[in-house]
Amino acid sequence: MKNNLLRFLLVPTALVGSLSLYALTSKVGPPAPDADNAGLKLPAGFGALKVVETGARTRHLVVTPQGVVYVKLNRPDKSGKGILMLRPDASGKAQVASGFGSYGGTGIYAKDGYLYASSDQEVFRYKLNEKGEVTNPEQPEKIVTGLINRRQHESKSVVLDNSGNIYVNVGAYSNSCQVKDRQKGSLGQPNCPVLDSAGGIWQFRADKLNQTYGDGTRYATGLRNVVGLDWNQQANQLFVMQHGRDQLHDIFPDLYDTKQSAQVPAECLYALKKGDNAGWPYMYYDGQQRKKMMAPEYGGDGKKEATGNFIDPAAAFPAHMAPNALLFYTGTMFPEKYRNGAFIAFHGSWNRAPEPQAGYYVAFQPFKNGKPSGDWEIFADNFAGSPEKVASGRADHKPCGLAQGPDGSLYVSDDKAGTIYRIVYTKK
Amino acid sequence: MKKLLVALAGLLLCGVSAEAQKKPAPKPKATAAAPAALIAQGKAVYTETCLSCHQADGGGVDGMNPPLIKTSYVLGDKTRIVKVVLNGLQGVDIDGEEYNNAMPSYDFLTDQQIAAVLTYVRNSFGNKATPISAAEVKAIRAANKK
Repeated sequence: MKNNLLRFLLVPTALVGSLSLYALTSKVGPPAPDADNAGLKLPAGFGALKVVETGARTRHLVVTPQGVVYVKLNRPDKSGKGILMLRPDASGKAQVASGFGSYGGTGIYAKDGYLYASSDQEVFRYKLNEKGEVTNPEQPEKIVTGLINRRQHESKSVVLDNSGNIYVNVGAYSNSCQVKDRQKGSLGQPNCPVLDSAGGIWQFRADKLNQTYGDGTRYATGLRNVVGLDWNQQANQLFVMQHGRDQLHDIFPDLYDTKQSAQVPAECLYALKKGDNAGWPYMYYDGQQRKKMMAPEYGGDGKKEATGNFIDPAAAFPAHMAPNALLFYTGTMFPEKYRNGAFIAFHGSWNRAPEPQAGYYVAFQPFKNGKPSGDWEIFADNFAGSPEKVASGRADHKPCGLAQGPDGSLYVSDDKAGTIYRIVYTKK
Repeated sequence: MKKLLVALAGLLLCGVSAEAQKKPAPKPKATAAAPAALIAQGKAVYTETCLSCHQADGGGVDGMNPPLIKTSYVLGDKTRIVKVVLNGLQGVDIDGEEYNNAMPSYDFLTDQQIAAVLTYVRNSFGNKATPISAAEVKAIRAANKK
């Protein structure tokens, strides 16, 4: 009898318990999208909201495991702060909670209790506490210094591996290593000297102070300019998105017409191993022929293929669309097909004129076992505001940074108007 | 004879003024007129040489290629803007904004082409400024070489 009574009492208790657990989990589910999905065009089942409109030049961003968002500004805002901290509430909306770091730049990344951020010459790190807050906003550790910055391709994007290394892009301060940069008819410099200190990815220790070129390793070379990069956890490998070369027609009008100039040199995704050479400035990747071509500055004529031990891209995307962020999705909020695949933020082109401009969207490249698998597709579109604004290049918003929230939301920053977006999956 | 000459001169003058009345000279614009032919030639040079960076609307590219719309460089001192075309430009803030791309030298353009393209730019995209002549470009180029 006692036993039966106990059983009788336990059943509803368990029921109430599971109900309250259900209530709890649904409470921390994704925030409601804006009525207009923040103006974005998304696949069915997805929604988007504007987290905040900062009006600042928001480059890369990162979200800590506690849900705190840090955004790197290209130049310090009116109050002199180069990093913004946002603390979204349950609705997903946020105000700028604080700012710190008096330098402009692009790179920001968080791992194992540290926040890493870059200026155009240096990399700093800050300690994060158990709430995801920076404990030393005014006294960061300077871990890398003295990186070359000659304004062109100046941003220093950063990412970490799982072995205590940080990877820093140093973009080439040149379009194609000509004797006279971007000058019509000027040929390439022999044994391109830019590659000594730029045009590649450098590897440093994440915990050592004041490292410069001599302390690091040129991990991969022949990369014209990388802004988007990420560590693929499945392949345990660095992947980068290169900005391909500009102005084939302007520099060699007899070899390339304006259409070829606009469409031929692909934006490439590379899977890198230590010591790899992606071939800049000696070659470009022709996305239409799917071939490595000899650059006209180095004897190419639009038909000759490249010679040299240059790696093939893992995937190629249309020319000049400016891939400014790469993110491997490891969350569980989005459907299975997105797991471990690559999101790429295409900032949008300028070097397609007089042809219509292109880009201004977030693309998705499916992956399987750490390798691209299947065709890429447009994931989030209409940052520009209209097809006309895409064609003219006068976009309202330009996607620049990507980050994954602890719940699996996808955050997107825009460095044109300073809007921070959050994309969620709402279908049950 | 003298009388005849005076009469002839009078006739000629009348003829000229009658001609002037029939075909009135194009109305001078607010600033000194930029001849239509020069503007047309300038547009052709702009399309081939400048448009890929500065764009069809002259608006440039954020953070990379400066706009040509009502900036101090475009509307201001002729010598400075001619020298930008002759020598190229990089690493200079324009009206407080940074532009990081490199503009190469366009000294291979003729004096006439530079005069035309700059006159076009100074009178397009909402701009209004005096034309630049080939003679002015020639003088600036000569001084630039020294």
